[in-house]
Amino acid sequence: MCLALPARVVELVPPTEGVIDLGGVRKRISLELVPGVQPGDYVIVHVGYALQKLDPAQAERTLALFAEASADAAEGAE
Amino acid sequence: MRSRSDYVRPVDFKHGRVDMTHGGGGRAMAQLIEELFARAFANEWLAQGNDNALFAVPAGRMVIATDSHVISPLEFPGGDIGCLAVHGTINDVAMAGARPLYLAAGFILEEGFPLATLKRIVESMAAASREAGVPVVTGDTKVVEQGKGDGVFITTTGVGVVPPGVEISGDRARPGDAILVSGTIGDHGVAIMSLRENLSFETTILSDTAALHGLVAVMVDAVPAIRCLRDPTRGGLGTTLNEFARQSGVGMLIHESRIPVRAEVNAACEFLGLDPLYVANEGKLIAICPPEDADRLLAAMRAHPQGGGAAIIGSVIDDPHHFVQMETSFGGRRIVDWLTGEQLPRIC
Amino acid sequence: MKYVDEFRDGEMARRIAARIRAETRPDRSYHLMEFCGGHTHAISRYGIKDLLPHNVEMVHGPGCPVCVLPIGRIDNAIALATQHDAIVCTYADTMRVPASGGLSLIKAKARGADIRMVYSASDALGIAQSNPQREVVFFAIGFETTTPPTALVVRQARALDLKNFTVFCNHVLTPAAITHILESPEVRELGIVALDGFIGPAHVSTVIGSQPYEYFAEEYQRPVVIAGFEPLDVMQAILMLVRQLNDGRAEVENEFTRAVTRNGNETAKSLVAEVFELRRSFEWRGLGDVPYSALRLKDAYAQFDAERRFDITTRPVADNKACECGAILRGVKKPADCKAFGTVCTPENPIGSCMVSSEGACAAHYTYGRFKDVEVRAA
Repeated sequence: MCLALPARVVELVPPTEGVIDLGGVRKRISLELVPGVQPGDYVIVHVGYALQKLDPAQAERTLALFAEASADAAEGAE
Repeated sequence: MRSRSDYVRPVDFKHGRVDMTHGGGGRAMAQLIEELFARAFANEWLAQGNDNALFAVPAGRMVIATDSHVISPLEFPGGDIGCLAVHGTINDVAMAGARPLYLAAGFILEEGFPLATLKRIVESMAAASREAGVPVVTGDTKVVEQGKGDGVFITTTGVGVVPPGVEISGDRARPGDAILVSGTIGDHGVAIMSLRENLSFETTILSDTAALHGLVAVMVDAVPAIRCLRDPTRGGLGTTLNEFARQSGVGMLIHESRIPVRAEVNAACEFLGLDPLYVANEGKLIAICPPEDADRLLAAMRAHPQGGGAAIIGSVIDDPHHFVQMETSFGGRRIVDWLTGEQLPRIC
Repeated sequence: MKYVDEFRDGEMARRIAARIRAETRPDRSYHLMEFCGGHTHAISRYGIKDLLPHNVEMVHGPGCPVCVLPIGRIDNAIALATQHDAIVCTYADTMRVPASGGLSLIKAKARGADIRMVYSASDALGIAQSNPQREVVFFAIGFETTTPPTALVVRQARALDLKNFTVFCNHVLTPAAITHILESPEVRELGIVALDGFIGPAHVSTVIGSQPYEYFAEEYQRPVVIAGFEPLDVMQAILMLVRQLNDGRAEVENEFTRAVTRNGNETAKSLVAEVFELRRSFEWRGLGDVPYSALRLKDAYAQFDAERRFDITTRPVADNKACECGAILRGVKKPADCKAFGTVCTPENPIGSCMVSSEGACAAHYTYGRFKDVEVRAA
């Protein structure tokens, strides 16, 4: 049961909600499962709830890993 | 002695509601027709007050098309059931390559429906009809009991004339032909979804409802050999392509990266677990033409206000299974199958 | 869309694919199970198989909560609406699942049952608040991703002292299912199914963390790579599994580091532990009874448990004899191996669980990939 998306928190709506933005679409969701979220943070959203914060540094590292994996291929392979 | 003319209270469009007398055939109905419909649509046919409209039959082949509109909500960002009805039938007629001439409109009203809303809808219809240059020349009104309708249902029928030399039909696609779309897909369906109960967004997505006969005229002029035209309404681009494939006995290969989709529509579809390929459009068309004419057709479309976002998205291929295949922007291949039932939002 | 588009880049995909091709050994094959239905869907939707070498085979797992929901439980949900006149709130995914007597939730709705589609558990709570004179039941399904929201609304219901709100709980657990597959005779004893490694679910893992998978890697000596939801994540995870298998390692690796940590979401986990407890056993469609694989409400929250309030008993309902879903869910057979696939059993008229949800192995293959079963001449 997995359909979840990374979205940016644009506004906090106390006590437990917030407004997120994904590609220009905004929705009000619950932030109750991820305490300490601030506007500007990215969260993973599933059925109207934020499940976890997204770590931008790790995201960059993962993208770099893809590039590294494929860079070897560019010089290596066929 | 001069007789005092009977005082007739005007219809109360501010606070009044539809009741059973408005469909009863008597004075109340006549008054509603005169003060609302005839006044809004304002043309010589309705002014005559007959149950029919007389017109000369132009030379050539004629096209007739009909649609029933049951959309809910009745009013949505970018339009309403009224202008949707006008655009929808004009487009069906235009998809034969025809010039639309006249429209007829039937209304089924639910008892209790606010007249203020009805007035807004009818005036929107009238504006759409005027802008398109296609008059609503005759109509009908009925009223059903409360609970038996959704506010208002509208059925529109349109007639048009097809210029000589134009043969456009869903069964004419041939391997090698180019497939074009006139602009971004998914706008209308997402605009509607944004209002449905339980799904709320604050977006700037507007329905793309529009009359396309002007665009079609320009296209047919540039490329008279157009094979197929259709507007991808319910079921979206995916369904229309499958229809063409089945009717023509061919397959198709399209490219995801070439299909225009607005970023916000994409994002909204992601949220809802919908596939933009199957989301309804009300102001776009799909065209299939011989490969040597594709560039010229594209240029003609892009030069027209309703075709600014036009793109060539793929070609017709030989395939006994009639699959619509798609090269994903990711690089792999999948098919774009017929839609199963009605597309419901997914969460997993 | 940031953090989405970059992970779908086609050019990068081709390059990772080239890397996978370069590193797979020609003298062996790699059988990798993607457990999560979302991954099954992504693999089909993006045509990832086209980018993989022939000796890397993806086996679809049972991580589709709709697919593994027994027919009897859907019958129960329908009965809540038709016999108890409750408003049954459900996610859209369950609406079309065929149940007994030719019914489904959507068909029952067409006959007048008050069944409402909700996007979120909180919508169900809202409906209960707006309809104090009616019983409102939330049909809760899903793996660990979806369970915390249900826990939240149960707690909110208690805080609001709602008298008319209950949850029909069908939440199931990922690690239990994986164990069950690895313990199945075909895998353990008979060696019929080669399962070399697992792609771990994305969003389940944001909640439970990477730690629970360490047991499989250790006990069954199979590598697990937790992968993000986007196609590049899946491809990178495949590469990482290939590397582990080549090196003879059996570790838990995390590709989805931007959202998954070793411990997951502690807030969510403790909330779930407060509201739910393990059932000793639960029937999974296609897998039979699986021990300690599902949750029910704790006694402290009994007043919100639909099974207790409505005294629900679930009748086991057998699947159609022609249905091969059980074998398919365990990775023993493929959709095309099933005689009913594509003929009697289609997404329009699904016979078995693998066809009912768009991420079931059969539905995904039918919708996106069945053109590969026949010879199609491309232009």
